Amino acid sequence: MLPSARATLMAALEAGWADPQRLYAEGRRSRALLDQAREMLADGLGVRPPEVSFLPGGPAALRAGLEGLRYAGRRRGARMVATSVEHSAILTTGRHHAAQSDNASLFAEVRVDQAGRVDLSALEQAISVPGTVLAAVQSANGEVGTRQPLEQAHGLCRAHGIPLLVDAMASLGRDAAPEHFDVMAGDARSWGGPAGLGVLAVPERTRWRRPGPASEVEHGRTDVEPVVAVALAAAEAWRQTQASRVDEAARSSAIIGRLRAAAANLGDVDVVGDADDRMPHVLTFSLLYVDGEALVTELDRRGFAVGSGSACTSSTLEPSHVLAAMGVLTHGNIRITLPLNAIAPTLENDVDRFIAELPDAVAAVRAQLGASDL
Amino acid sequence: MNASEVNPVHEIEVDARGLRCPLPVIRLAEAARDAAPGTRITVLASDPAARHDIPAWCRMRDHELRHVSDIPQSADVTDPAYLRFVVVVRPQPPKAAGAGNGSARASRST
Repeated sequence: MLPSARATLMAALEAGWADPQRLYAEGRRSRALLDQAREMLADGLGVRPPEVSFLPGGPAALRAGLEGLRYAGRRRGARMVATSVEHSAILTTGRHHAAQSDNASLFAEVRVDQAGRVDLSALEQAISVPGTVLAAVQSANGEVGTRQPLEQAHGLCRAHGIPLLVDAMASLGRDAAPEHFDVMAGDARSWGGPAGLGVLAVPERTRWRRPGPASEVEHGRTDVEPVVAVALAAAEAWRQTQASRVDEAARSSAIIGRLRAAAANLGDVDVVGDADDRMPHVLTFSLLYVDGEALVTELDRRGFAVGSGSACTSSTLEPSHVLAAMGVLTHGNIRITLPLNAIAPTLENDVDRFIAELPDAVAAVRAQLGASDL
Repeated sequence: MNASEVNPVHEIEVDARGLRCPLPVIRLAEAARDAAPGTRITVLASDPAARHDIPAWCRMRDHELRHVSDIPQSADVTDPAYLRFVVVVRPQPPKAAGAGNGSARASRST
């Protein structure tokens, strides 16, 4: 979390503790703070304040977005379409609905190319099937950084009268906010805000309806009251991240460019994701003959925190569905996500040291497996 | 090379069932390193990552993936399900010192 967002959170816990539904002075103050947070985020997302709801986390917002579009379209059908690299909140919900109905065709997963970009002709084919009520396409993939062609995807969806749900969790705060969507979901953590705050944007033009009994909370899009201080901290983080976004992106791109070159030099490596049309702060690569868990541990020992999509690092022993869908190497996978400048001001030095130590770390884990000479 | 030069005894089986990633790929790479071009290597693997990683290895190392099949669990449940791959070893460029190959392939993959 950004330091300024943390300060806002602490201060707002003092000022905004009361129930914003209440009419006494403290309640009115809480309401004013919540409205302020909503206005700031609505402005940033290019929608009006009543079109924004706060939910408990990005995945919850995303799932609510999906369920509301599905419910609103129930007289036309129940089929949903998503790219095969969507967030698991989408994929597990879609598969669950199809399994519940005992009808696999109710959830279609659209293939991506080796860079992780959705195949637009396959998307069009999938949404042309009668009974389709929504399509889900992310703004960019958080695991490999590739941006999705949202403008074209939205154009196709419009032509077929299908609403487009956009998961912007990976890109908000790093890239400009998406302009092409019918429902959008985001998570405050992606722009340096606190955990536990998702945003759901449902423009008035979109036919969206929450299943279940009517709710008075958050314009009827959830039944969980937001924590005012958390929403305010998210808005403060948004303000700061937007002010520095362009500089931040340039700095991140330069660093990722150096890391990418260093990774490509390691040999027997699959540097994954689109080389150019990508988020500025993410780099992912997979190394042949490397145990991902061993490499993460080795780098951690040297003071570097990296992610991995390798099967051995997951509790299910299945590799990342994103890497699998792209057809790239899944073992020996490393994911670097650069923190924001305000969180890691000495990042450049850490990156220098990382680049210097990476070849050694990789050689060490390959040697452990007797794979130095393959 | 004509057909008569392909020696039918150049068949290797790598049984990597029960091994977790990246060991099936390492066993395959070891077999391929010591094999003549044209050798058919049959790999058996039960690790779910092998489904993705053996084709990726073939692409990255320029070997031919000829066939993949799912072998279901045996009827008496003594043998769990696994995957069977058939890989044909292609001639490899002389190995340069360092890591030139990887970077060239990595940039192509994007």
